[in-house]
Amino acid sequence: MLNDITDKKVKFLEEKALEIREAIIHMLLTAKSGHTAGPLGLADIFSVLYFHTLNHFPHDPEWEDRDRLILSNGHVCPVRYATMALSGYFPLKELSTLRQLDSRLQGHPHRTSLPGLETTSGPLGEGISQAIGIALSAKLDQKDYHVYVITGDGEHNEGNIWESIMMGSRYKLDNLTVIIDRNNIQIDGFTENVMPLDDLSAKYESFGWFVIDIDGNNISEIAQSLAKVQNIHEKPTVIIAHTIPGKGVDFMQNDYLWHGKPPKPDEAKVALKELRTLKNKIENDY
Amino acid sequence: MLNDELFLNKNIFSDSVEKKATREGYGDELVILGDENNNIVVLTADLAESTKVDKFQKKYPDRFFECGIAEQSMVAVAAGFGVNGKRAFSSSYATFSPGKNWETIRTTVAYNDSDVKIAGHHAGLMTAQDGATHQALEDIALMRVLPNMKVLCPCDYYEAMKVTKTAGENYGPFYLRFTREVTPVITTEATPFTLGENYSYWISEKPQCIVFATGYTLYYALLAASLLKKEGIELEVINISSIKPINKEFIVSKVKNVRKVLTVEDHQVAGGMGSLIAEILSQECPSFIEFVGMNDQFGESGTFSELVSKYSIDEKGIIKLIYKLLKKS
Repeated sequence: MLNDITDKKVKFLEEKALEIREAIIHMLLTAKSGHTAGPLGLADIFSVLYFHTLNHFPHDPEWEDRDRLILSNGHVCPVRYATMALSGYFPLKELSTLRQLDSRLQGHPHRTSLPGLETTSGPLGEGISQAIGIALSAKLDQKDYHVYVITGDGEHNEGNIWESIMMGSRYKLDNLTVIIDRNNIQIDGFTENVMPLDDLSAKYESFGWFVIDIDGNNISEIAQSLAKVQNIHEKPTVIIAHTIPGKGVDFMQNDYLWHGKPPKPDEAKVALKELRTLKNKIENDY
Repeated sequence: MLNDELFLNKNIFSDSVEKKATREGYGDELVILGDENNNIVVLTADLAESTKVDKFQKKYPDRFFECGIAEQSMVAVAAGFGVNGKRAFSSSYATFSPGKNWETIRTTVAYNDSDVKIAGHHAGLMTAQDGATHQALEDIALMRVLPNMKVLCPCDYYEAMKVTKTAGENYGPFYLRFTREVTPVITTEATPFTLGENYSYWISEKPQCIVFATGYTLYYALLAASLLKKEGIELEVINISSIKPINKEFIVSKVKNVRKVLTVEDHQVAGGMGSLIAEILSQECPSFIEFVGMNDQFGESGTFSELVSKYSIDEKGIIKLIYKLLKKS
């Protein structure tokens, strides 16, 4: 596993993250419903996972030795659909079918509708448990693929999350990594006002997990933390990824009102323009 | 008379009839399945002994998973196994699973079409002295409304083994309903059980009423049939152990020329097996129908025999409603 990521690779992954963000805006504009802030904030993590970390073959989504990526907070699925299409799981043009009748891209992910999803999600708090079942079966089968879970921070209000955190350490699942999208927002407001999560690091540590705290919008930090988890033994790892909801589009950033709504046409136009500016910035930076 | 072709227990109406709990059939069959298929895994939520999975635990400790008192987590862990090549049996009390974790089952097992078998134990009033909190009376209703979910409720120990075997040999979500106390052994190893088939256990040349029963209450229905025969009243008694899928054509063909129906279950009438029979008949064969079961009420503490008597789900309750039906025309 690569610990040192080259500047060239970082630039490539940053560009991919921008392409993911552009695709998300286009998808939500067409769908006229869906979540905006979370998917934009997670674009960097999805870029690193699909284009760097995951051991997978987009043209063979059922390959038995693939790494598993479980999406627990299913409402951010536009970021997963966009990344899957960009990495070759299905044609890019299918992204415009999001939330439409007869589409494989359901409003919340449905495993049997689209190959490569691994699980069905939407109702919160159920991803880590399902990942534990997958990680335990990998141990039974003596397979060495890794199981990753993306969760939201607000999702940690759910009791099932804490049930599964206990179980992950009870079975010493070192083939399991949970990535928390710590963006501090949920539907009704800021997480610390709705139901304070306080120090998630200390909470996970006291439950027996190895904890890594990172800037979840920094490609190098994401890649290095995902490389590091391969060397942790006898316990599961949690990466607390501090992200900016709505990242990349100034008027959406850090505003919880963008949690659950799509952009209107004029807003999308501004957003796409900002993302194009960022693309030029990446070019100039390298 | 008892249907000869089904190899039923000939000793069934004797005082010395053998009695065993259906949960024992689940535990015993799991050990056999575990031997035949390395992909069978078993989970429990701190109830290994009372759900009888301790036998599997002893024999296959590597494929047994203790989830703690956490039914939501347990069933979602099972769903993870089930989408990854394993066949997972999730074992708890029916009040907790599917009672407490219904939405998790809906999403991660049923809609996800994962290879999970949900065993709901200690179902019904017969959980007795534990009281209403532990008497699941809604679980059939909760499970039969879920697409992809199959629902089986065995009448005795041997049929409990057969429904477990059927779930262990077929892909996909199953709900299996088991009870706590020992009850009369109605069938033998040779008695047929087939997914989606229902069988007449008591037959008559000219039945005056068709009785559908599920679970251990089938015994009371058979007892009522044998007692009423002495009074010159002929019944046909059908075992609805395969609740979903169910053989609609068979049910309609039996009722067609009789049009008087009684259903019997240790469960709420609303949404239960009785409702299911009424749904089928109201479309295909409208009939007079009465329901033995719980009528929008909770149970309470008491002995098993006291409870079935008070809530009229024993042979006396059945006979009373048969007489009521026979007066209708």
